[in-house]
Amino acid sequence: MENTPLQRQAAYMRKCLFEQDDENPNFAEEVVTLFYKDSSKALVNTEQELEKRPLDFSMMDAYMHKFKGSTVSIGALRLKNEISLFREYCKMSNEEGCIRTFEMVKKEHAALRKKLETYFQLLRQAGPVETATRPKSDPKSSGDK
Amino acid sequence: MTVDRFPVGMRVLAVDDNPTCLKLLESLLRKCDYHVTTTNQAIRALELLRENKDKFDLVISDVHMPDMDGFKLLELVGLEMDLPVIMLSGNSDTKAVMKGITHGACDYLLKPVRFEELKNIWQHVIRRRKVEPKYHNNSGHGDDGENLHHGMDEAGQSAITTGPADLNGKLSKKRKDQNEEDDDEFDGNEDPSAQKKPRVVWSVDLHRKFVAAVNQLGIDKAVPKRILDLMNVERLTRENVASHLQKYRLYLKRISSVASQQANIAAALGAKDLPYLPMGSFDGLGDFHGMAGSGHLPKPTFTSFQTSGVLSRLNSPASLGLRGLSSSGLIQLSHVQNPGNSINDLGKLQRVNQHGNLIQGMPHSLKLDQFRHSNSNSCITELSSPHDDSKAFTIAQQQLTQIGGFHDSRMASGGLGNQSFDISVGVSSQLSDHGRHTDTWQSAVPLTGNSANHLPNGAPFSHDELPLDNLRDNIWSMSTLSEMNPLGVSPSGVNTSAGRDPQCQASSVGVNMGLGSGDLNENSNFSNFGSIGIGVRQNMNYVPKQKLEHHKQGFTQNPNPIFNSPLNPTLPNHAIMGSMGQNLGQNNAVSNRNMDMTFICQSNRGAPFQMQHYEPEKAATDNLMKLKEGYLFEHAKLQGGFNPTNASSFDDLMSAIIKRERDEVALLDGDIGCDAYPLGTCM
Repeated sequence: MENTPLQRQAAYMRKCLFEQDDENPNFAEEVVTLFYKDSSKALVNTEQELEKRPLDFSMMDAYMHKFKGSTVSIGALRLKNEISLFREYCKMSNEEGCIRTFEMVKKEHAALRKKLETYFQLLRQAGPVETATRPKSDPKSSGDK
Repeated sequence: MTVDRFPVGMRVLAVDDNPTCLKLLESLLRKCDYHVTTTNQAIRALELLRENKDKFDLVISDVHMPDMDGFKLLELVGLEMDLPVIMLSGNSDTKAVMKGITHGACDYLLKPVRFEELKNIWQHVIRRRKVEPKYHNNSGHGDDGENLHHGMDEAGQSAITTGPADLNGKLSKKRKDQNEEDDDEFDGNEDPSAQKKPRVVWSVDLHRKFVAAVNQLGIDKAVPKRILDLMNVERLTRENVASHLQKYRLYLKRISSVASQQANIAAALGAKDLPYLPMGSFDGLGDFHGMAGSGHLPKPTFTSFQTSGVLSRLNSPASLGLRGLSSSGLIQLSHVQNPGNSINDLGKLQRVNQHGNLIQGMPHSLKLDQFRHSNSNSCITELSSPHDDSKAFTIAQQQLTQIGGFHDSRMASGGLGNQSFDISVGVSSQLSDHGRHTDTWQSAVPLTGNSANHLPNGAPFSHDELPLDNLRDNIWSMSTLSEMNPLGVSPSGVNTSAGRDPQCQASSVGVNMGLGSGDLNENSNFSNFGSIGIGVRQNMNYVPKQKLEHHKQGFTQNPNPIFNSPLNPTLPNHAIMGSMGQNLGQNNAVSNRNMDMTFICQSNRGAPFQMQHYEPEKAATDNLMKLKEGYLFEHAKLQGGFNPTNASSFDDLMSAIIKRERDEVALLDGDIGCDAYPLGTCM
């Protein structure tokens, strides 16, 4: 996952989250997991709203606002931008635009998740190897990705 | 808590409905070595806070929450617990930030929250405790000064610190008084909460006693020691009385000036006076306002201003005057300010007396009303007859508002009530802070009504109640009460008022800001001005037209002496006045305030700087009072092109106002149409 946007995003997230790693190495992962749990719910809700007619823009906007908050907190910039776009359309009550951008949000959300999962996996692999104190070294090669 | 390790171990309560954010926040706070408690429900947060007021040092809350609006929580916390509250939001919109500040937030952070920012939040705790320097100086605070200073800058609250110096001083004084007992135990940086002494709550009864004592002694002879003796209340220190007296005086001043302004305006505008009144009573600002514009405005109110700079006080005196102002009322006013003008005020007050009764009738929920009552009762009765004096009306209204519930029933100026409310709101915010200790209103004490002020714990005021007068009172009370009103309330309350325009709200916000800044009514006036000016301007233009009619009825009668337009007698004032008058009617106190501000601006001959000048102060939001004073000063300045510094101008202003009053009537008529002009120029 060398693609730049992801890296940028990951770097940002790292800045926000990983500084806390001293106490809890898994903190970042925890937060991200929590984020995904929470945001998936939001996405599902929003999707349901989208299917209803007439569209309840304010409701969707509320979900998205919350979603945006957490997105920003973990540092997922791209995702945040997508969400902002979606909210713009919401505000304009533009149904077409909403549906379109929502798809983009979903896509980005899924893509980010994949990347993060990969990242964490890598981290887990690399972690044990790096810690000198850890007696058991991870058999998997760490520099895989 | 470890004193010398502060801010280590500072107890923070974090509230956010978004679990991701909450978790993140928690971990960041832990990293800062704070002691963190989290909850994702605002209601739960309140429970935790109420459980033990000393349990937390600081509250961080998200703005958007499902169970309760973050701003509302902010107000309640500020009001009830007097704790610093930091708002958190993903929304960086200026309006949102403004709203947070006006509601009394110590700070407004944007998501994602950065570690560095959290590392500095302890300064807010210190700042709040600033009045107790001893704590700060203790170990652990070695670099308090720097941090504090630094923090302050960061917070952008430098105005606060630099601004209402006197307010802070007062606050400090009050705090000191209150904390006297705790000082010994206090270790320096101990938990601020541990240091806090139970704030003296100026309940309605207490206030009544106070006013009775003051009246008995005579306003200019009323010294804290003697008042204290007369009141014969235990556990009340001379300092408590002194600060309360100060506020009261400002209130009286404000009232009188408002009354005069209103009278003036009323004269000029006809019905417009009504709106004006509220302003005047509002905190004298209104009065000032009127005065400024018309210049002719009955000086009496103005006089009151001068004296104590206690704008809030002014109001009260004004109301008093109204009551029956019987010379005593006026005298008080005069005492407060300048004996000279009192006479005028008296005249006005008498009218007010009628209304005063009204107030009494009003279910006075708030303690503030108490204060007001004393004042307002007299006033209210007077106010009852709206026609009488617009001033009276305002005052009555205010008082009524205080009474709570008066909100709409307020006399004539329904709008007024609202205005008060708004003002209250602003004030509350300020008051809350102030209430806390008359600190910046940040705590966004809901001014909603002056009564709120009285209410000791921020009893949820009905916003409605806080009509303009309340504002006045609130301002007053706010300072006094620390409980001050839940700002949260105000916002809504404000709106409720006679359909105030949102603008009004904005004005109020402005006002709030100014007021909230922390100083009690008195100072906030000044600060409010800054904010008000801005807000008002907008509103003024809008509202005036519509509301004026509304208020006309009420005001026609009294040419509000409040109008004291210390502002330069020059035309600009008129325009402003005219506009203001118009606005007054509409926007309630807020407008008035603004108007005044505008006025001031105007007076200055379009020296908007003044307003601007205040703005920063406003930002400081410390003092409501400050604002008031500032306002007054402004006026003074306007007249003589004095400098923005308040102190000396006030007298000048007063004289100017007096002069203007005379001419005011004439001016008013002419200028009403000018509103567009003044406002524009002002800011």
